[in-house]
Amino acid sequence: MAYEISLLTLVGIMVLFALSLNLITGFCGQISLGHAAFYGAGAYGAAMLTKAGVPFALALPAGALVAGALGVLVGFASLRVRHDFLAITTMGVGFLFLGIVRQQDALGGELGISAIPDPGLGKLGYMALCLALAAALALFSAYVKRSWMGTAFEAIADDEDTARTLGVEVARYKLVAFALGTAFAGLAGGLYAHFYKFIDPESFGFIESITVLSMVVVGGIGSIWGVIVAAVVLTLLPQVFQVIDQYKLLLYGGLLFGVMRFGSGGLAGLARAVADRLRPGRVGRPGP
Amino acid sequence: MLYFELFVQGLVQGAIYALIAVGLTLVYGLLRILHVAHAGLFTLGGYIGVLVANGTGSLALALLVAMVSVGLLGMVVYRLAYHPILDRPPYVALIASIGLFIAMEEIFRLVFGPYGLSFTNAHLQQPVALFTMTLRAAEVVTVVGAVVLLGGLALVAGRSRIGIAWRATVSDPQMAESFGIDALKVRYLNFFVGSALAAAAGVMVALLNNLVEPTMGSVPSYKALAIIVMGGLGNVKGTLLAALALGVIESFGTIYLGQLLDRDAIAFAFLILVLMVRPQGLFGRR
Repeated sequence: MAYEISLLTLVGIMVLFALSLNLITGFCGQISLGHAAFYGAGAYGAAMLTKAGVPFALALPAGALVAGALGVLVGFASLRVRHDFLAITTMGVGFLFLGIVRQQDALGGELGISAIPDPGLGKLGYMALCLALAAALALFSAYVKRSWMGTAFEAIADDEDTARTLGVEVARYKLVAFALGTAFAGLAGGLYAHFYKFIDPESFGFIESITVLSMVVVGGIGSIWGVIVAAVVLTLLPQVFQVIDQYKLLLYGGLLFGVMRFGSGGLAGLARAVADRLRPGRVGRPGP
Repeated sequence: MLYFELFVQGLVQGAIYALIAVGLTLVYGLLRILHVAHAGLFTLGGYIGVLVANGTGSLALALLVAMVSVGLLGMVVYRLAYHPILDRPPYVALIASIGLFIAMEEIFRLVFGPYGLSFTNAHLQQPVALFTMTLRAAEVVTVVGAVVLLGGLALVAGRSRIGIAWRATVSDPQMAESFGIDALKVRYLNFFVGSALAAAAGVMVALLNNLVEPTMGSVPSYKALAIIVMGGLGNVKGTLLAALALGVIESFGTIYLGQLLDRDAIAFAFLILVLMVRPQGLFGRR
């Protein structure tokens, strides 16, 4: 039972992490190749605080705030550069985060931070917390998608210049998307740190950014349920089948390539295509 | 004297960056694709170079085989991976390319083993006295090789009919096609040349470190992206200057910024600084 509980806890954390990227890349169309930096910022922020004696209930949101503040900074970069340039800039932010953390003895350097205090919720309670937060973010995402803000995000993702012409405050909404997405990534990071009780720079590298990106891409960029399914499956597969764990990167790499090469809608696009096939006479909607 | 040696070390590293980044910037200039998997071809070039050199004992043959075979593979990558998705939004090709690169690294690990390979004949690791400093022969080979290859490229691009067709396609694809230039042939040529240069860089890095390993492409690949952005995407001269500048900056940075940042983060600190001040890159035009 303990094994299932820890699996589900991890699933909750990864769903939270994947949905947070979906807010930025999926809803607002801003590609980020350095999302693990914010996951890491939240993890380090929360872990340093609980190690200093701050209660977990305060440290967790504080870590999310740290990540969100950093996210707004990177959001400003997204106002300055676009598309390919932004992808490289966010990737650079990821490497910069690692480069800085590695050299700071106060943050544990290469060795990382160990013996992070237990949040005191029990294993089952902690699992419930992670799953509840993931569910809450899913509901929040659905709410955002339907709100005026979601419409503005979609307009920006579609065509930024047209959105600006139509009076959408592009800069403001981009910053909001980055602030929200990175803060939730920080929340996931704080949960991760207090789940494993140990963090080091390697846990937040480029591979982690790619892992979470492949969840969003495989699920279907912008689709809430698609991203959830992809996050659950891609988290569980390597854990349950040890063989797959050996070839995890080959699987992620192959999936990223395959989905982009053969149909960029991901699981959500596939489901839509099947649904359209089953209802003859209806014109299929184009994928994102 | 320390400054001079740091400077020369920086130039050696910069020459490698230049060889890798030129292929990337050529692909971007022509197709607007950030070809991350380029670094996978660089790694493969290193492996082929070491295997052929160990098998035949000839480094020149190793370099040639690596460049030609990887160049051909570059054309295959274009045909199978990028050609069908050219009309999709730019992020599609970028993500596909990252996926391809990660999968390639894993395949190298599975095929060649995780620990890497070395040259069995070590005469290129011998020191050479040059002016007042000693360099390893491998470093001299690297710099001379880079100058010869890039000089040859400049000559072909500037003087030959093929070069003119190529430059015409980069600056205005539709106009070039209406003058009877086969755009597809230019793309294949582009991928062949870019990939062959990356393979040459792979062989040189293998010489410098006397080691090839599955992950040797990771750091150069992301750094090369930073370099082509700084050079003004698609701008070959800018890319060369940015590559050399980064090599030198890193070389000094490791000494003076080592407390604050590790070597690999310097490139990105520099990149972000440049982009915030000049979003079109150091040498780019808008």
